[in-house]
Amino acid sequence: MLKVEKLGLRINGKAIIDDLNLHVTPGEIHGLLGENGTGKTSVAYLIMGVNNYRPTAGRIIFEGQDIAPLSISQRAKQGISLAWQEPARIEGLTVRDYLKLSAKNSNVESVKQYLLMVGLDPAQYLDRDIDNTLSGGERKRIELASLLAMHSRLAILDEPDSGIDIIALPLILNGIVEMSKQGSSVLLITHNEKVAEIAHRVSVLCAGRIIRTGPPAETSLWFKNNCQTCLHINMPNTDV
Amino acid sequence: MLKYSVEKEYQGMLDAYERAGGDVTALRTKNVAKLVVHENKVLSANEVDGVRLSYEPRENGISAELLVEDGTKVSNPIHLCFGILPKEGLQDISLRVNVGKGAETSVIAHCVFPNAVNVVHKMDAVINIGDNASFSYKETHYHGDFGGIEVIPKARVTLGENAIYQNTFSLIEGCVGKLDFDYEVFSGAKSVAELIAKVYGKSDDFIKISEKVHLNGNEARSLIKTRIVLRDRAEAEVIGETYGNAPYARGHVDCTELVNGKEAIARAIPIVSVTDETAKVTHEAAIGSIDRRQLETLMARGLEESEAVDVIVRGILR
Repeated sequence: MLKVEKLGLRINGKAIIDDLNLHVTPGEIHGLLGENGTGKTSVAYLIMGVNNYRPTAGRIIFEGQDIAPLSISQRAKQGISLAWQEPARIEGLTVRDYLKLSAKNSNVESVKQYLLMVGLDPAQYLDRDIDNTLSGGERKRIELASLLAMHSRLAILDEPDSGIDIIALPLILNGIVEMSKQGSSVLLITHNEKVAEIAHRVSVLCAGRIIRTGPPAETSLWFKNNCQTCLHINMPNTDV
Repeated sequence: MLKYSVEKEYQGMLDAYERAGGDVTALRTKNVAKLVVHENKVLSANEVDGVRLSYEPRENGISAELLVEDGTKVSNPIHLCFGILPKEGLQDISLRVNVGKGAETSVIAHCVFPNAVNVVHKMDAVINIGDNASFSYKETHYHGDFGGIEVIPKARVTLGENAIYQNTFSLIEGCVGKLDFDYEVFSGAKSVAELIAKVYGKSDDFIKISEKVHLNGNEARSLIKTRIVLRDRAEAEVIGETYGNAPYARGHVDCTELVNGKEAIARAIPIVSVTDETAKVTHEAAIGSIDRRQLETLMARGLEESEAVDVIVRGILR
């Protein structure tokens, strides 16, 4: 599904991503675990091609094709989607219209289900604008609903749990599992090892590089014992 | 200049009205108060209970008076349609509106100039809204693509105690040409005034919007909200002024101008002033290109960049 080989990103002479290798298989929820500043969001941006991020080394292969030359919309049409850590607000665009364009203009009845899956009442939210009257948590849930509506082949979720209360979190996690059951692969980016537990495999990111991959429980425990207590800062030239 | 028969003029106005988004069936029913003016000719007029409409032709337009009697709750919006169908012409409208105490009414106005190459449309309105009355005025312009039109709407509005006034001006379809919009509101105690303007400037359009609210009565409130999108070589200047002159008056000025093109120019000048220590007036102005994050969000849903721009622009001007 997704194969990232020796990926590198340098910004202003600094290595943000350094020799990163990652493999996500079809239908897999692959957790990407890392402390703040390790490059998790940069990986998401590189795969989606947003924020003008272009690899300075390596390749991103999706379904056998190097996607580096493709635009954002071309990658989306290939089946890649991204839920931002801090989703944009778009004045005058309703939740209904946002979900419909995500679902390629399906009817309203079918998009309602995606709101229900993230614990939002369609009657209360469909006609609301995606503006600053929505809380951050509401905005994130709508973002996730839009990815559910897309039925992407690869959904990249950048910290889907941030800003979500403890009551809504299980709904979010169930929604992610549902994506996988529907056949989507998911790259689940998080710094919370509890969230990573729903993954099939977890990779640990440090200083722009993946340093360990394995089953979620074992890898999360390793992360907790080694990374959360580590004084290491994002300096790619330092041996880990 | 092409001569039109009255029937042809009226049908032409109805067609243009419909293209502008107007409800043509409303213009055909007797339960709706209406006024249809082509150049300086009143083609159709209708009163309903509690609504008095009088008019007088002038050389280049008409002088009209709309009176809503005290306590009248008008169930259907009053429909106004002004326009010039030929390529050239001058339409000078003087409008006086009196909304009586406790009355409630709304007006939907469409101004249509589909073929304008050398057209001037002026509107000079004096609007008095009585105590406890509410009046909403929604004006939509439909211009052709030639850009040969100058639109000069001017209004002086006075609100009585507890009065509510909502004004929406939209000029999105076709080319603006030259717009000089000048509205001034004098607000009485506990009144609410809301001025909304949405304009899409293209080609060589020139847009000037001046909206002024004087919060003269205690606890008077106002909102001036302007949304402008510019592309090509269009230019816009928006002046939003609010004066908090009375105890606990509250006002807000909110201007967003989106510039989508290297030669478009946007200026916003919010002016806020308070002369009473308990009044509060705020403002926010944002001018810039289309937000990259918004654009990429929509592109990551499969939209091409031009489609994403269209969604964002339509959203701002909705």
